[in-house]
Amino acid sequence: MENEKNHIIPYRNFLLVLTGLICLTLISVSVTQISLGTLTVAIALLIAVIKSSLVLRVFMHLKFENKIFSFAVIAVFLIISLVIFITLLDYLYR
Amino acid sequence: MSNQKDIVEPSYLEYKGKYKGIFSWILSTDHKRIALLYLFSILSFFVIGATLGLLMKFELIAPGKTIMDAQTYNAFFTLHGIVMIFAVVIPGLPAVFGNFLLPIMIGAKDVAFPKLNLFSWYLYVAGVSLVIVSQFAGDGPPDTGWTFYAPYSFRTAGTMLPAVFGAFVLGFSSILTGLNFLVTMHRMRAPGMTWLKMPLFPWTLYATGWVQLLATPVIGITLLMIVAERTLHIGFFDPSLGGDPLLYQHLFWTYSHPAVYIMILPAMGAISEIITTFSHKTIFGYKFMVASVLAIAFVGYFVWGHHMFTSGMSGTALYTFSLLTFLVAVPSSIKVFNWISTMHQGSIDLQTPFYWAMAFIFVFMIGGFSGLVLGSLAANVHLHNTHYVVAHFHFIVFGGTGFAFFGAMHYWYPKITGKMYDTKWANIGLVLFFVGFITLYGPMFYLGFKGMPRRYFDYDEVFHAGNIISTMGSWILYSGLAIIIINLFASLKGGAKAPADPWGGKTLEWTIPSPPPVENFDEIPLITKGPYDYK
Ligand SMILES: [Cu+2]
Repeated sequence: MENEKNHIIPYRNFLLVLTGLICLTLISVSVTQISLGTLTVAIALLIAVIKSSLVLRVFMHLKFENKIFSFAVIAVFLIISLVIFITLLDYLYR
Repeated sequence: MSNQKDIVEPSYLEYKGKYKGIFSWILSTDHKRIALLYLFSILSFFVIGATLGLLMKFELIAPGKTIMDAQTYNAFFTLHGIVMIFAVVIPGLPAVFGNFLLPIMIGAKDVAFPKLNLFSWYLYVAGVSLVIVSQFAGDGPPDTGWTFYAPYSFRTAGTMLPAVFGAFVLGFSSILTGLNFLVTMHRMRAPGMTWLKMPLFPWTLYATGWVQLLATPVIGITLLMIVAERTLHIGFFDPSLGGDPLLYQHLFWTYSHPAVYIMILPAMGAISEIITTFSHKTIFGYKFMVASVLAIAFVGYFVWGHHMFTSGMSGTALYTFSLLTFLVAVPSSIKVFNWISTMHQGSIDLQTPFYWAMAFIFVFMIGGFSGLVLGSLAANVHLHNTHYVVAHFHFIVFGGTGFAFFGAMHYWYPKITGKMYDTKWANIGLVLFFVGFITLYGPMFYLGFKGMPRRYFDYDEVFHAGNIISTMGSWILYSGLAIIIINLFASLKGGAKAPADPWGGKTLEWTIPSPPPVENFDEIPLITKGPYDYK
């Protein structure tokens, strides 16, 4: 199958992604200094989503794989989002 | 059709592999031998857990101290809970009967990753050993209950870390087993076995596999957070450090409620197999059975908050969780109705496994209905910390999973061992087990309604009568259990030789000799018909 080929990715790309991940980590730490109330959680979750999708797509090769794997990952992602959403029904209305 | 081949192939029990003696078992990657490794370990831990329960019931025979003090009682119910939940009922049906029968029922020679399968068993043993170590090491046994609730779990003097880490390792074993089964079912079904030609027991293992894979990591992280909290004082859960103890409960039950479905779904699968076989009739509403299994697994993921109704959640969360909890009852009752409809106009063969299935439906219904009582918000406030809850979850977890486990044991025993058991003693054991069970847990509903709190070694004089009945029930139950186990072991020696298909079952495991040959099938079968092909 064509998706079983080895994909040669230049080191530069890996380094770029790594820098991106480090920057995002710094942002998520520094953003806690500003008091944004509930939005803090939303921003933290958003940054986490960007970071994990970078890791999944580049480092874990999801970008080059069969679409079915992306579908599976998205499905699991939606289930976890629903779990977090329901948890927030407690925290936001307490 | 292949009489001459039956003689040539040695069974998996006689096969001489690379290793001898005990090593031919603990180094075997044959799914059938691994299943038996699990069976013996799980059965041993079950007897340990049951003995702890028996002693606790004896403590409760009279108010005040009878045989143990409060601290010992706390340690006993903690160990009873950890052992029974993590080491017995969660792996129970999947690891024993799933391992043995899943490959055979879908026409495969083994699971997808046989070495990983053996590794899972080692993780299982390592996890339980850690839990046992925690009983004797350090400053006394853990006493938090199996739920390790914060803030207690990082304040108590008991040895928490080995116990928590043991549960973590057991979780890994569970994840790997689930992953293994999922891949096996996706990649190794016999030619012609489409998804909707797969028997129901594999289907329940499929749903269970997903729950194991997606929910168990949550408890893994949570237990590590407890470790971090105890050693590094991070402040996830400790209010004095800005943490939230309720967050622990959310995380814990996000796994531990779906874990109830890891226990009960394969149990429902085994019961479905037993009921069709002994009714000699196709399962009623096969597609609805499959759909309800998937629906229970899916909805069951979002109902964890019903364990926290009295913990101080927001009103919005309370209503949501109550509603979702009632929703799970719908697919569950579809299953019960379909079992009954399967029996309708069937030609029922009254054998021991069928009696177990009937007992299962009876106790499962009581467990389920009492669950609805607990799922309604107002009633829950009154009942939550009483013996009513103890009765409810023992009806579901022990009544559901335990009865299905012994039902499956009596159903597949001829296939696994190649021997028939003594039916008379099996039935006597079952009757004692059933009567003991009802006598033990039935009064707890009443006691809980009257307000007897759970997790106490002592109680008020007004609860005395109910407790005496309940303790006597524990003796009946325990003697039934002893008869069942002794009978099964005795039949290994004395039992008659089992034919390939003693019950007239139609699924693939009944087409091969008892006990199965090493490679299961001489030739991988070609599937052309549905799993329950009765006229
Ligand atoms: Cu629950």
